Amino acid sequence: MKKNICKPLSAFGVHCMLGGYTLLALFPIVLILMNAFKTKAAIFDNPLAFPTAETFFLGGFEKVIAKSHFMLYFGNSLTVTLASLALILLFGAMAAWALSEYKFRGNRILAIYMMIGIMVPIRLGTVSILELIVQLNLINTLTALVLVYTAQGLPLAVMILSEFIAQIPKELKEAARCDGVSEFKIFFQVILPLIRPAVATVAVFTMIPVWNDLWFPLILAPGEETQTVTLGVQQFIGQYVTDWNSVLAALSLAVIPVLILYSIFSRQLIRGLTSGAVK
Amino acid sequence: MKRWHIVLFLAPAVLIYSVFSALPLLDTLRLGFYATNDAGASHFSGLSNYLTILTDPAWSSAFWNAMCNNFKFFLIHLLIQNPIGLILATFLSLKGLKFARQYRTFIFLPTLLSVVIIGFIWQLILSPLWGVSESMMNFVGLGAYFQPWLGEEGSALITLALISVWQFVGIPMMLIYAALLAVPEDIVEAAYVEGASSWRIFWEIKLPLILPTLGLVTILTYVGNFNAFDLIYSVKGAIAGPNYSTDILGTLFYRTFFGYQSQIGSPTMGAAVATLMFLVILCGVGAYFYFVQRKLTRYEL
Repeated sequence: MKKNICKPLSAFGVHCMLGGYTLLALFPIVLILMNAFKTKAAIFDNPLAFPTAETFFLGGFEKVIAKSHFMLYFGNSLTVTLASLALILLFGAMAAWALSEYKFRGNRILAIYMMIGIMVPIRLGTVSILELIVQLNLINTLTALVLVYTAQGLPLAVMILSEFIAQIPKELKEAARCDGVSEFKIFFQVILPLIRPAVATVAVFTMIPVWNDLWFPLILAPGEETQTVTLGVQQFIGQYVTDWNSVLAALSLAVIPVLILYSIFSRQLIRGLTSGAVK
Repeated sequence: MKRWHIVLFLAPAVLIYSVFSALPLLDTLRLGFYATNDAGASHFSGLSNYLTILTDPAWSSAFWNAMCNNFKFFLIHLLIQNPIGLILATFLSLKGLKFARQYRTFIFLPTLLSVVIIGFIWQLILSPLWGVSESMMNFVGLGAYFQPWLGEEGSALITLALISVWQFVGIPMMLIYAALLAVPEDIVEAAYVEGASSWRIFWEIKLPLILPTLGLVTILTYVGNFNAFDLIYSVKGAIAGPNYSTDILGTLFYRTFFGYQSQIGSPTMGAAVATLMFLVILCGVGAYFYFVQRKLTRYEL
């Protein structure tokens, strides 16, 4: 079995292809990061060089942090992402448990109703969502974003968590029930700890689109106080498009947190992607 | 009623999902049948919004232009992103490949970054002002072919689609990779013992077995592409220039809803455009479930 792949020549070819593609994937990001730390002259004279002692320059970052409310935007993005995530995971797990554990009339229809949200983008309902948010007096608040993202993330969370919950052995629940433990205790003290790995996977999946979204911040919360990083970067760069130091610094500031998160969670994410699809 | 706990478990999720996703969607479909007069009052107007979009020359040319561009955008993803994903996944799933995890991690990385950021990064790289791509092309002797691709009507849409392909190739790669890992070892082993080449094993055993995943990847690409907005908006703005050559349904929806330049926005027309987008997506999803998935499940083990 191993013979057909490990012929040295073909292995070399495979590494060339994969390595080449990896370079292509990383090049733009590395280019931006390294030029963000250079003087303007160096950015233009030699864009492909790493910053040296002579060309090292942090002016772009100073300007971005002083001139824009970048830290505020980070705070907003973080608040919105964490709050949506908490609600999606808690409510999603509760609904997944109810749908997969109890038999009741309408169970299947309710499950299908929730699943529709996976295929139909919530964005198409924007006209009415905006009206609703205006009526609720939530325009330009982070709450509006949290509610919309929670609604957006729930279907996928319910689907993935249902599958995991269905795999939990019956004996565990029956034993608890025989001891007279309430359904809520069973869920919070037996089931939730058991599905922790699945919850982590769902968390990583749900977090990314929420953190990166441009559409809803642009429409529901474009105010200066409630901008998220994505919207902030978008507007900042639009204004300072010729100030290359600032633009590159702004891009780097927006990229770095994701890089850090990815280095922490990449294993979880990839395990989730591969195990989820195998089933 | 002793099963009230079921209600308590379900209520928060069902409520939030209904109020902020399902009902607004239905309401948007309803709003498409209304029109607002100058005073701002809305009244039922039947299919008039749709007639305007599809028959009024000013509207219909914009709509079909966006639709056509959107199909091109999707086709480029289908024909370039997914095959590249398949090739990368096939290589990654080879047994005993070193550094497979590192390759996987790095190639997937761009997928996680905001489309806005990716759009700007490529805008800078492709900009003739900075000249990074020009000097790199000079380096391999192709400098004469350099063009400001993002700025030209003929190439802007293709360039944007390729940027999107570059960013999202990690998703098909991962899904196909997972499907390839799930191909039963003994079948491959048996074919190998029978003397089949790895090329033949790929075409005649692995590929048929992962067809359901390829179908899923296709429909995910379709829904994602017909819902795209961020990349075009951040690189080209709501006008989707040059001369609307990069306009897709998402940007058309935004302009119709919020207005731009001399045209004022209209929620009801916006709702009509959203409904048309919904129908396009629904057709794709429906076709996938009725034709592709039903036929493909036969191959599943």
